[in-house]
Amino acid sequence: MSEKVLMRGTQVIGEAAIRAGCRFYAGYPITPQNELTECMARSMDATPGGTFVQAESEIAAINMVIGAAMAGARAMTSSSSPGISLKQEGISFLAAQELPAVIVNTMRGGPGLGNIAPSQGDYFQATRGGGHGDYRTIVIAPNSGQEIADMTRTAFEYADKYRNPVLILADGMMGQMMEPVIFPEPIDISSLPPKTWSLRGAAGRPSKVILSLLLNPAKQEELNWKLDRKYKIIAREIPKAEKYMTDDAHLAVIAYGTAARIAKGAVRRVREMGLKVGLFRPITLWPYPSRELHELSRHMRNFLVFEMNMGQMVEDVKLSLEGRSDVHFYGRPGGTISTPDEIAKIINTLYHRQNLEKDS
Amino acid sequence: MQKVFQRPKYLKQAVFHYCPGCGHSIIHRLIAEVIEELGIGEKTIGVPPAGCAVLAYDYIDVDMGEAPHGRGAAVATGLKRVLPDHIVFSYQGDGDIAAIGTAETIHAANRGESISVFFINNACYGMTGGQMAPTTLLGQESTTTPGGRNEKRDAAPLDLSEILAIARGSVYIERTAVNSPRNIRKTKRAITKSFKTQMAGLGFSLVEILSPCPVNWKMTPVEATKWIDDTMVKTYPLKVIKDTVGKIDG
Repeated sequence: MSEKVLMRGTQVIGEAAIRAGCRFYAGYPITPQNELTECMARSMDATPGGTFVQAESEIAAINMVIGAAMAGARAMTSSSSPGISLKQEGISFLAAQELPAVIVNTMRGGPGLGNIAPSQGDYFQATRGGGHGDYRTIVIAPNSGQEIADMTRTAFEYADKYRNPVLILADGMMGQMMEPVIFPEPIDISSLPPKTWSLRGAAGRPSKVILSLLLNPAKQEELNWKLDRKYKIIAREIPKAEKYMTDDAHLAVIAYGTAARIAKGAVRRVREMGLKVGLFRPITLWPYPSRELHELSRHMRNFLVFEMNMGQMVEDVKLSLEGRSDVHFYGRPGGTISTPDEIAKIINTLYHRQNLEKDS
Repeated sequence: MQKVFQRPKYLKQAVFHYCPGCGHSIIHRLIAEVIEELGIGEKTIGVPPAGCAVLAYDYIDVDMGEAPHGRGAAVATGLKRVLPDHIVFSYQGDGDIAAIGTAETIHAANRGESISVFFINNACYGMTGGQMAPTTLLGQESTTTPGGRNEKRDAAPLDLSEILAIARGSVYIERTAVNSPRNIRKTKRAITKSFKTQMAGLGFSLVEILSPCPVNWKMTPVEATKWIDDTMVKTYPLKVIKDTVGKIDG
């Protein structure tokens, strides 16, 4: 067992990635995630068989990851919002070519160049594919240093298992905050199952092609059906959420990542005031934990979605609940950060407006 | 009876989809021949482009990984860094390498990535129907330069190979053509040298190959081969542009 260390979120991702067997990293400087790129530069130098490339652009970085993934390496790139936009063509290729890779987005305020403050403005981009074509990216949204350490390992496992790009969706707060972390033990990469599909030269077997051009519409359709079958399996197998004080609650706040940390503080405050309020925190954003949320709506009719944007995840909440409950929304965009007191006030107002105290 | 000519081992038994008089099929064959002669077929990985040669994997019988348009050098970088003992080449048209993929190519060269790049220059975008490429000659007609390429309106041709020669990590850059038996033999020698340069781990090498595109040039195949000799080589002279490798065996 590793000992407890105090570490910044971006560096936790880097250390956890190396321990998860990541042996190829390409990146480009952008705030607020430069510590991750710097961490990978140091770590890869110290790791036998590790490669670090500071790419000339975000586009080059994701394409280097494509090549490394084709060769069978556990590969990663990272960036922040505007840089992630540049990587979208490559992410679409990873999905189409069924290549495993991990992409980290430490979100900042936007649109445009925006600012370097924490934001959740990229939810749509992350969960709707982001690039062109009919595909899905697995999206993981940790909300603590420990969860970053654990879920970075999971990200590489999902990428390999499903041969699909996995996005770790963090934000400036998750990336910059220092927290105590216990890392999982490093894996032995020689113990990983061989990637029989990878390109290692046609020795003792016919040559192989990894492609995404399918000029025959029937073949293109078949690829899309195949991907869809895979996505349905993923949607069945990996949705994950945390439920906090929801058993007796009349209202649940729904939030992820940094917003969920703030919301948890708010829930504690209103509980002290006697309000029966809980928190539902999606950990996978795609696939969205719809069944778990739907389950909650059996005994709860009021949900408050809190996001650091003007309403993106709220659409998934509505889709999950299918009109069974009242969905309310509170958001703060642009990189501003709400306080637990602010959210507690919103909860309090909503709770009384909906006459929920009478339900007790 | 002695067999004096046959399909190279690393060329699949397939009918080329290329237009009559196109140079791609000749270049595919040369690459397959060299791979066989150097005995590297089991450890070579190719990166085809977006463009006419996107289907190169239907013909060249080694492992192939398709790159997004222009990103061949970046994808090849990822492959080569993970598999340093393998031979990695990218095969790219002029639009792919000298327009949308300029940055990736220059930086791969400057890093001295130990890869071989085959840059097929037909002075136009072939697959999309003959638009102006960065390599289109001044005065040359294309579907987007209807009155001929005009320097003020359309810029002058980009001499990518000369630019790459300045990059510190490039070690061997040669411009050849496939419009005559003599030039085809020279091209084969250049491809061989590029692969040998990589096998010796010396750095980035590139062969620019002038290749006829009769359909988009609106010429017969014979006229197209002549046009390379009479016109195209004035802008793109056939020569060794950079060679710090010298004579190489192995």
